[in-house]
Amino acid sequence: MTSAYPYTEHKFDVVVVGAGGSGLRAAMGCAEAGLNTACISKVFPTRSHTVAAQGGISASLGNMGRDNWKWHMFDTVKGSDWLGDQDAIEHLVRDAVPAVLELEHFGVPFSRTEEGKIYQRAFGGMTTEFGEGAAAQRTCAAADRTGHAMLHTLYGQSLKHDTHFFIEYFALDLIMDDEGKCQGVLAWDLTDGTLHLFRAQMVILATGGYGRAYFSCTSAHTCTGDGGGMVLRAGLPVQDMEFVQFHPTGIYGAGCLITEGVRGEGGILRNSEGERFMERYAPSAKDLASRDVVSRSMTMEIREGRGVGKENDHIFLHLEHLDADMIAERLPGISESAKIFAGVDVNKEPIPVLPTVHYNMGGIQTNYRAEVLTLKDGNPDDIVPGLMAIGEAACVSVHGANRLGSNSLIDLVVFGRSAAAQCAEILKPGANLPDVNQASLDKALARFDQFRHADGDTPTAVIRDKMQRTMQSNCAVFRTAEVLAEGKTEIDEVYKTMPSLKVSDRSMTWNSDLVEALELDNLIRQAVVTMHSAENRKESRGAHAHEDYADRDDENWMKHTLSWFDESGEVTIDYRPVHDYTLSEEIEYIKPKARVY
Amino acid sequence: MVEFNLPANSRIGQGKSHPYSGGSNSKTFKVYRYEPESGENPRWDTYTVDLDDCGPMILDALIAIKDKIDPTLTFRRSCREGICGSCAMNIDGTNTLACTKAIEEVSGDVTISPLPHLEVVKDLVGDLTHFYAQYASIEPWMQTKTPAPPDRERLQARDDRVKIDGLYECILCACCSTSCPSYWWNGDRYLGPSVLLQAYRWVIDSRDEATGERLDKLEDPFKLYRCHTIMNCSKTCPKGLNPARAIAELKKMMVERKL
Repeated sequence: MTSAYPYTEHKFDVVVVGAGGSGLRAAMGCAEAGLNTACISKVFPTRSHTVAAQGGISASLGNMGRDNWKWHMFDTVKGSDWLGDQDAIEHLVRDAVPAVLELEHFGVPFSRTEEGKIYQRAFGGMTTEFGEGAAAQRTCAAADRTGHAMLHTLYGQSLKHDTHFFIEYFALDLIMDDEGKCQGVLAWDLTDGTLHLFRAQMVILATGGYGRAYFSCTSAHTCTGDGGGMVLRAGLPVQDMEFVQFHPTGIYGAGCLITEGVRGEGGILRNSEGERFMERYAPSAKDLASRDVVSRSMTMEIREGRGVGKENDHIFLHLEHLDADMIAERLPGISESAKIFAGVDVNKEPIPVLPTVHYNMGGIQTNYRAEVLTLKDGNPDDIVPGLMAIGEAACVSVHGANRLGSNSLIDLVVFGRSAAAQCAEILKPGANLPDVNQASLDKALARFDQFRHADGDTPTAVIRDKMQRTMQSNCAVFRTAEVLAEGKTEIDEVYKTMPSLKVSDRSMTWNSDLVEALELDNLIRQAVVTMHSAENRKESRGAHAHEDYADRDDENWMKHTLSWFDESGEVTIDYRPVHDYTLSEEIEYIKPKARVY
Repeated sequence: MVEFNLPANSRIGQGKSHPYSGGSNSKTFKVYRYEPESGENPRWDTYTVDLDDCGPMILDALIAIKDKIDPTLTFRRSCREGICGSCAMNIDGTNTLACTKAIEEVSGDVTISPLPHLEVVKDLVGDLTHFYAQYASIEPWMQTKTPAPPDRERLQARDDRVKIDGLYECILCACCSTSCPSYWWNGDRYLGPSVLLQAYRWVIDSRDEATGERLDKLEDPFKLYRCHTIMNCSKTCPKGLNPARAIAELKKMMVERKL
């Protein structure tokens, strides 16, 4: 196989796969530490999906009122429905403050307060006084284009430091040695059609989520979970895949995101009777309850016949009562999106919205230093040498069963920094690399060749559509044992049709037909483990709302799901304990209690 | 008399016309195709799309073509909401984003080609390597001499922050630069509207302390001064930004610092 596909070999200290917020932050940090660093990405860095983040990035700066990291920690733990690992959460919320200040120092054009400080807005689930006080204004914003502002700034910083970019290179597979150590990654240069073997002491996966496993999502077309797919093919598990976040306010029909910041600035959800129904479901936080709660409440309203529109199948988000100048200054991006995708002038009419797949809490399990873990010989925290994962691709887990809005952008930079710091700590610049495991490389090349010449009778788009519709109907906001069992059978059937895949384009240069087939292979594996993990978890926690098991069951289910996937389509499930300890003695483990907003 | 010939592969031939069997509410798309490995010249393929089975935007139509008619059609796309800048192309004679351009905005058949005056890699994918290198050349990161305060942000007055509005929103889609005749002619040395708008974004940021050095680097017959205020850039920007104004401000600052 290696003779049929010549490849160029590159040697680096660190190879980062993905150039979104976490990938760029890790890459610049590694380069800054004197490590020879490559960053490979299937899209130009500023096209990564971080660019679409709107509302902001959380950090307890206290610019708008009293705040501290302990309150941020409590909110994040409660938001996670106690599935988050509290040592990692403590690391997140404490490092959030220097991480955001650093972004400002890099030049992120944050909106400003009258005193010239970073402007912070309210967001769902963010409170003061350990949930007892008023809503916290903790989410640092650059109007409603915070992700865009951050991503462009981080790309600039990566240019400043000596990061070697390989743009429009599609990562195919991890190269692993026989002991389970990662040796590098095989990638395909779309522009000239050549293959490249990146050898490195450390591979950092920053490949984002797999939102495109669903039919309707806020995620970009490129959110195909390529890192998760590679990890599953390498025989490693992924964690907590059943927890899929539905954002309450995707634009009805188009699925484009309308930031939670709209509600943070005073926007209100109303049903067909004009009622502000969130007052019934979350008397104290109302429209600013956490996302799983709001999405469920909206779904209940629609189910009970109080949806709006011709089909009574969505909800209205109102901003008309808000000051037009404030909207122009702080929410210009969503005003534009609402106009383009819903034909709505937000100053005059409500935006039609619907809960839409938005974020994967699950992903590649890591510790708070970004090192990938696996369960080996009874040790749930066994480190996979040479491999890290960060950002949405990873599951640290700081978001547990439900992520709070604005905690994802901070996750990107905090763990991007951690990965770089850990690389600086454990790697020696220029250290020798061991010989490449030829068997692993051959396997990766064979898979590429197999897809390139796939000559069945079903185009990628057809299988992808079946997968997306199955996930959408059988693994949604509310789940039942019956619907999940049916979903398991159906998604397994979809996977079984993969050998009938047909790729029509056999060329090597920018063969987007082949790219989409390879992306589908990454998606379908994660779709299968998501459905199986969901069917397996017999309780309700965070985003996993199981109608046959309506309550959280800490006695039996206070544990992370680990799931493996083998080529035959077999899923194996095991568990990792949730960390019931914190990182320092400055805060005690926050004990589980009822989650009420 | 000297005779000039266009390069061989600049002649665009008539391509395939794909048969249509859908409903009456349809639209025809004439799409530029180029397959570098085939050794053949580019061609115009035509596809008819059933609008009752397709989303409202040009990008939806391209995806419908790729999914249902011809999987080989190649174009960049990602966010589908006008923020990533991937799907910039020439639609009905104007550079714009396929994801925010509604099909109904175009009367008659829709002609789609890559952004003009770029080397074409394949179909609608243009080579932006030079454009990105020019972006890197203006050093798009904050430069300061004063150390940042260790435990808090740099302060910035709201009046100063407002000056970056209309600039930082640039998505580097290259619609403006590839619409500029001056950039078509001198793109090797003229930086073009998008990159100059980015340059101005750092010049005008009250936190940045390298204004003089940044202006020095633009003091060159080509980099900045090849802007002849044709204004295609501001007319075509899919984000409603005004690169021509940013360039004018740069030119003004160049003059003012000499007075």
